[in-house]
Amino acid sequence: MDASTNDGRSSPAIVVRDLAKSFGEVRAVRGVSFEVATGEVFGFLGPNGAGKTTTINMLCTLSKPTSGSASVAGHDVVRERDDVRRNIGLVFQDPTLDSYLTAAQNLELHAELYGVEQRLVAPRMEQVLRMVELWERRDAPVATFSGGMRRRLEIARGLMHSPRVLFLDEPTIGLDPQTRHSIWTYIAQLREQEEITIFMTTHYMDEAEWCERIAIMDHGQVVALDSPEALKAGVGKDRVMIQTADDAAAIERLSKQFGLTATIAEGAVTFGVTAGEEFVPRLFAELGVPIKSVSLSRPTLDDVFMSYTGTTIRDAEEDASKHRNRVMLQVMSGGRR
Amino acid sequence: MSTARDPFGSSTTARPEPATDSRPAAGRTPDGSRQGAASAAGTHTIVRVHVPERSLDSELRAIRIVWRRELTRFRADRIRIVTSLVQPVLFLFVLGSGLQSLAGAGTHGVSVKTFMYPGILCMTVLFTALFSAASIVWDREFGFLREMMVAPVRRSSLVLGKCMGGATVAGLQGVIMIALAPLVDVPYSVPMILGIFALQLLLAYMITAFGVMIAVRIKQMQSFMGITQMIVMPMFFLSGALFPVSNLPRWLEVLNRLDPLTYAVDPMKKLVFNNIDISPLARATLDPGLTWFGWPVPAIVSVGMVALLGVVMTGVAIWEFSSTE
Repeated sequence: MDASTNDGRSSPAIVVRDLAKSFGEVRAVRGVSFEVATGEVFGFLGPNGAGKTTTINMLCTLSKPTSGSASVAGHDVVRERDDVRRNIGLVFQDPTLDSYLTAAQNLELHAELYGVEQRLVAPRMEQVLRMVELWERRDAPVATFSGGMRRRLEIARGLMHSPRVLFLDEPTIGLDPQTRHSIWTYIAQLREQEEITIFMTTHYMDEAEWCERIAIMDHGQVVALDSPEALKAGVGKDRVMIQTADDAAAIERLSKQFGLTATIAEGAVTFGVTAGEEFVPRLFAELGVPIKSVSLSRPTLDDVFMSYTGTTIRDAEEDASKHRNRVMLQVMSGGRR
Repeated sequence: MSTARDPFGSSTTARPEPATDSRPAAGRTPDGSRQGAASAAGTHTIVRVHVPERSLDSELRAIRIVWRRELTRFRADRIRIVTSLVQPVLFLFVLGSGLQSLAGAGTHGVSVKTFMYPGILCMTVLFTALFSAASIVWDREFGFLREMMVAPVRRSSLVLGKCMGGATVAGLQGVIMIALAPLVDVPYSVPMILGIFALQLLLAYMITAFGVMIAVRIKQMQSFMGITQMIVMPMFFLSGALFPVSNLPRWLEVLNRLDPLTYAVDPMKKLVFNNIDISPLARATLDPGLTWFGWPVPAIVSVGMVALLGVVMTGVAIWEFSSTE
């Protein structure tokens, strides 16, 4: 199959084969393969440092793969870099607006760089600015915009040239709930109005639920890939979290008495069990360790994440940031000497 | 790989419908407050645009917009217009007036301010152009560089637009200094003004290209400022902007002839001194003209040197810029 001759309309929007990237000794992405269908909203889920941004950078032609291949909108990301770039829109995690310019000037600059037909620049600008509710603020300098407004403007800019694939790298990170909500409204609108494929990364579980399919990435590998519903159904168990007087004893008792494997997650003894509501009374009767509190929840993506990676995403984040802080401290103390 | 599924199978059979009502969709938002805005936004017309294949025309548009951005930013930043004039004005009027009593005997009746004027014209351009180049580092720090780097245009177009923008901004800044001519006893004349303006533009282009060449490799504003200070001050002092270039100690003469700025300062002096009425003795003392091993270098050769350096530095900057990820 030769995707490039078909111009990618009906073939998958993104095809990734054994894609890998190493930075010296560090293997950031260790051979991932997946496809994203045209028109799909596809989510990339995982803690910081899992390799999400590295993968997205390779797909956007910002960095070259160490091995493997990928094509976006029917074009190879290494050999047909410019063709890929013409067909993708990018919204980065970090701001990339020129804050000296006005909103309209930023969009105009983008349109000129992408060679958007002159007579379409103004109407397209109006459309995207109205969509993100910034049309009234078009002539204000970006320096006067709040963080949420800037992110919305970045999304508008990423859409200026009608890309076939829109990449959103953590589009809602650090935003207030209202802005996060609006951004999801735009994404829903986009899906209805334009033939566009959306590829996004996130580490918010509740947002991943809104994707049609998600890939869970951990330590540079895709560990699971399916629709959120299918992934949750696959877990099949309710999650029970208990706080006890003696966690170690509780874990041991759970294992011996009930044959359940429990771990400590977010400071509570956590385990999965089928028909949780029937299990809880038995737990109180038979555990033999005083229970201070109990919480029971239906499978969520958190549980999916946990069943594939053995940790909750928050704990994974914390470990990653602890590690980062440690490295930072070492660097700083080294630098002061 | 087992985790990759056929996207078609999955998207047709398992296209998920919301299990709960919490999923947003156009025109249907869970919290009532934003509903109006969202549904209003949903009714606008859709404009489809098409990004054409890369062509000369699209590259020219890219050059022009990068150039225009420099001008827009310059206009928006009025404080910069004033602050970058402080240093040249200080040199010209404070240092020039201050040295008058000391150096007056040696200038054959020409004021020190008049003598320093051509050098200061070059200096103005030098600083403004470097400041323009610094915006590459700034853009990198503030992320905007990425927006340009991922665009489907050649890196050379970005560099050319940037260098031309810097040259134009510095040239405009130079106009203010040209306007000050009567204050240093240099009368206005159309050929002189046009000549100075053209030479300033050329010099500004060369310096911006030089600055971009350095800036592309540098990640932090502070380092860029440090490096340029280290290069610019020696370049300015060695160029002969503040002294005649004949009868110099051997070491200084060598360094002076190696300094690129020298080849802009010398024709600048000729332009200004041709326009004022002074004795041949004063002219010979103050503007002895540049020589290479005793050969008087014609102005056209000096200007050619500046242009050539500009081209070479642009080339290096493009090469560097293209090889960064």
